[in-house]
Order: sequence, then structure tokens, then C-alpha cells
Amino acid sequence: MKYGYYPGCSLERNAAAYDISTRAVARTLGFELDELDDWNCCGATEYIAINKLAAYSLIGRNLALAQQQFHANGNGHLAADGRAQLIAPCSACFLNLRKADRYLQEDAKLRDTTNEALAAGGLHYDPGTVFVRHLLEMIVNDVGYDEVKRHVTKPLNGLRVASYYGCLLVRPRLGGELSDAEYPTELESLTKTLGAEVVDFPLKTHCCGGHMTQISAEVAYELIRRLLQNATEYRADVIVTICPMCQLNLDAYQTRVNQHFGTNFNLPILYFTQLMGLAFGLEPKTLGFGKEIVSAENALIKIQRSPESAAAPAPSRPRKKKEEGLPMPRMPEDEEVTA
Amino acid sequence: MEEITVSIPDTVKPKLRFLEEVSAATPGVSRLEMCIQCGTCGGSCPSGADMDHTPRALFAMIRAGMRDDVLQSNAPWYCVSCYYCMVRCPQEVHVTDLMYTLKRMAIREGYTDHEAAPDFSQTFIGYVEQYGRSFELGLATRFHLAHSPLRKVGIGTLALDMFARDRLSFVPTRIKGMDGLHAILEKAKAITRDAELTGGTQLL
Repeated sequence: MKYGYYPGCSLERNAAAYDISTRAVARTLGFELDELDDWNCCGATEYIAINKLAAYSLIGRNLALAQQQFHANGNGHLAADGRAQLIAPCSACFLNLRKADRYLQEDAKLRDTTNEALAAGGLHYDPGTVFVRHLLEMIVNDVGYDEVKRHVTKPLNGLRVASYYGCLLVRPRLGGELSDAEYPTELESLTKTLGAEVVDFPLKTHCCGGHMTQISAEVAYELIRRLLQNATEYRADVIVTICPMCQLNLDAYQTRVNQHFGTNFNLPILYFTQLMGLAFGLEPKTLGFGKEIVSAENALIKIQRSPESAAAPAPSRPRKKKEEGLPMPRMPEDEEVTA
Repeated sequence: MEEITVSIPDTVKPKLRFLEEVSAATPGVSRLEMCIQCGTCGGSCPSGADMDHTPRALFAMIRAGMRDDVLQSNAPWYCVSCYYCMVRCPQEVHVTDLMYTLKRMAIREGYTDHEAAPDFSQTFIGYVEQYGRSFELGLATRFHLAHSPLRKVGIGTLALDMFARDRLSFVPTRIKGMDGLHAILEKAKAITRDAELTGGTQLL
């Protein structure tokens, strides 16, 4: 399987752990990620607040380049319906690209003027030719849980994981997202496939604050606090994310949140691809571990994986399961099996 | 069938155009006209408590042609783009997209001078227009020096943590096709300016 790949600005540096682990997981699972040549920023949530046409043209350049590189050449990136597939691991990039493609199809005036602007750079985009997909959705639907499970050599036994979706992959509903806008379960199913223990996380599709950490910090700190509190209440060892913005806010601002509220949250925030890599038996240092501000060392020790490959494995500490545990969510497929 | 005519005073007519203007400027189909004032949007909003008017109230004010009050509202600037309102709206109004439209209108019509949120967007975009990619260190430095110099100690500690883990770049990445991107964005801005002059609100 071959896909176009749009890493987005965050994955270049700040979320390099996501990029590194994504490429590592792709190698193990045997799908090819072909990076879009000379891609540009998607405009995040900022350009559309300033100039609509410039924002659509900025995104349009990426779509036009993807059409050229992956559609026109027909070099194996096509979905069954003939669209070129472009994978974005960042939820904000995913939504911007997906939404622009959708609105350019619906809004003739916007389509014509965007193409008028693109023509100034020698480009043209035919809306509907590029199929923008989020990495998680692609892994779950194209690779599938069974194939993922086949590659698990070191299951994450005993690691309690809170699956955090945030907003932009699940909302708004423009077609092709996960199963539900408020209570999706794909990430939990995947985490469970890796052998980890899924904890309930009722706030899993609530907002991390987005750019509010910069503009109106107190607003963001409260949103972050709720998420950390919720995951801590369910005794999660780690929160697993699918978006660089969520990771940054929950990880880099965790200390500030603790200072602001007098709390002592200590929850590592990891990318789902990092957990996949661990379960596939890859070394933590090849998956971008160590880049997180809130150290994941204790979590690694818990699953008997040393943060440094050279260090001796930590002694095994069997987890004591309390009889009166918190209620655990059930996956839809479990219901089917028992029904 | 006899056509029903409603007489609207001439003084009111231009105000009613505001609804059309906001709706037309929103990409795709906004469905703003379909709002039934149920308040599901405000009730679903994580930052609703900080807003001077909830989205529901804003939409009623737009209908009433209260241009000044709407464009002065802090509501769009507190919107975190979580899209809860948009998926819960029983009328499928594109609430979040409308918030962006109001931001653009407020900036264009000069309601937002020297405020942090519009400045953040401008600073972010300034780097993208120059290099083709975002530049976090430049953005944080320039924005926080201008708006929250007292916070810079805390921000500095955070930046050091990020540097230590190689998560912040000292220099921005410039794309190869910067000339082409520049031409594209200049053209888009020129089309927008023309629309401003000729009142082509759909483009704005």
C-alpha cells in the first residue's frame, strides 16, 4: 500500500516524535508514505481568521501539488474510487485539507477564485481528486486491527492508557472521520490490540485549548486541567494522542497548569504511533521517546522496556488488581461476541 | 396564489443585509438563516462562560442587523474551534465557520486594533507568508514580547525545555517554491481587495 504523506509543520520539529514513530510503524506494517514535495503550512486555525481566499489558496497549493504528484501520475496512491490518497497525521492539517476540498466542491465562487489565485503560481486544483485522510483512520480501516495484532511482539501488558482524540479528527462531520463525533472507540480498540489496558476517559473528545495557551492562557489551562484530572481519576499511566497540538498543550503546559492550580499531575503524553512501535518491539529511542517534557520513563519501566536500550531491564512489578475497580468501557466487537 | 408582501421601512433594510453578508462570506453553505435560537451551541461551548454573547445570541443580533455589537463581541475570539456546536446544532448551522467569518469582518472593519488574538493570527501568518511554513520560536518571541512581557520568564523556561529536547528550531524552514506561493497569496489578496471595493461580500 502506498500513500501520499503530508507531515505538516509541527512534525518537522516540535512533534518530531510523531513523524519518527509514524515512519517506523509504516516500515513494520509495510505501507509506504511518499512525502508531498515542497508542501507548505496548512494555515492552522489562523489564516482563515484573516483572509478567506488567501487561506484557501494556501491550502489549495498543497492539494494542487498532491493532485500533480499523486493523481496525475497515477503512481499507486489511488483509492478504489480513483482519488489520490493523502495522509495527514496532524488533526488540524487533516481538517484544513479535508474541509477545503469539501467546500471547494460545494462553493463554485470559492473554487473559481481559488484557482484564479493558484494560476498565479502555475497551479490548478480539481476539487474531489485528493482524498485527505488522517493517519489513525487509515491504519484502523486499511491496515486493520488483525494485521496490527500480527506484528505485536511485545504487548503493552498492564499499561493503563487513556485514549485522547481531541476535536479536529472527529468534528465537524464532513465524511470519512471516525465512528462518532463525541464518543469514537477506534483508538481504544487499537490500544487494546497492542495489549494495553484501556481506561475509560469520558473527556476524550474535549478540547485541549488549541491556540488559547498563547492568547488567553487561563482559558487553556482550565481545559487542560480537566483533561489531566479526568485521566488521573481513571488511573491512567499515559494519555495517548493523535494530534501535535493536543500533545504540546497537555505535555509542555502540564507544569504551568500544575503551578496555576496547585496540582501535581504527572502524566506522560505520547503519540499512538509511539505505543504501536513499542508493541512491535522497536526500541524507545527509535520512536522519539525522550522528547516528551513529562517523562515517559515510569510508563516504560512498567512495561519492562528501558528508556535507554543499553540499560538493564527494570524488575517486573506485577500490578495488583483491586476487586472494586472503576467501570471499564466495552468495545463494540466484545458486545457482538457475547451477544 | 396571492403573493404576500411585507413592508420593511427603508431605514431597516440595509441592516437586514448583514445576515446575508455574514452568510455569503462563509465558505460552503453556512445555514445561518436556519438558526432556531435553541442555544445548543452556547450550551456545548467550552469557553461559553468567557463570551459576552453566546453564538445563539450573536446570531439573533446578526439577524437584527446589530453590526457594531456583533463585530465588537469577544465571542469569536474565545472560540477554540472544537466544533461541538457544529455537530450538535439541530439545524446544522456551521457555527464554527461563522465565527471565523466574524473574525475576518471584525479585523477588516477595524474593530480589533492592538488585541492579542488577532495579532497572534497575523504574526503566525506573517511567518507562513515569508517562509511557507510556520516558525514557532519566531511566533512565540515576537507575540509574547508585544503582548505579555511579564510572562516571558515562564515562557522562557518552557522554551528551554523544548530546546533541550530538540523540539524548537532556531531558524525557519523555507520552502523551495516560495516565489510561486508568494504570487498565489498576492493574487488572492488582490482579488479580496477588489471584492472589498465592489462590495463582493461572498469573497470576504
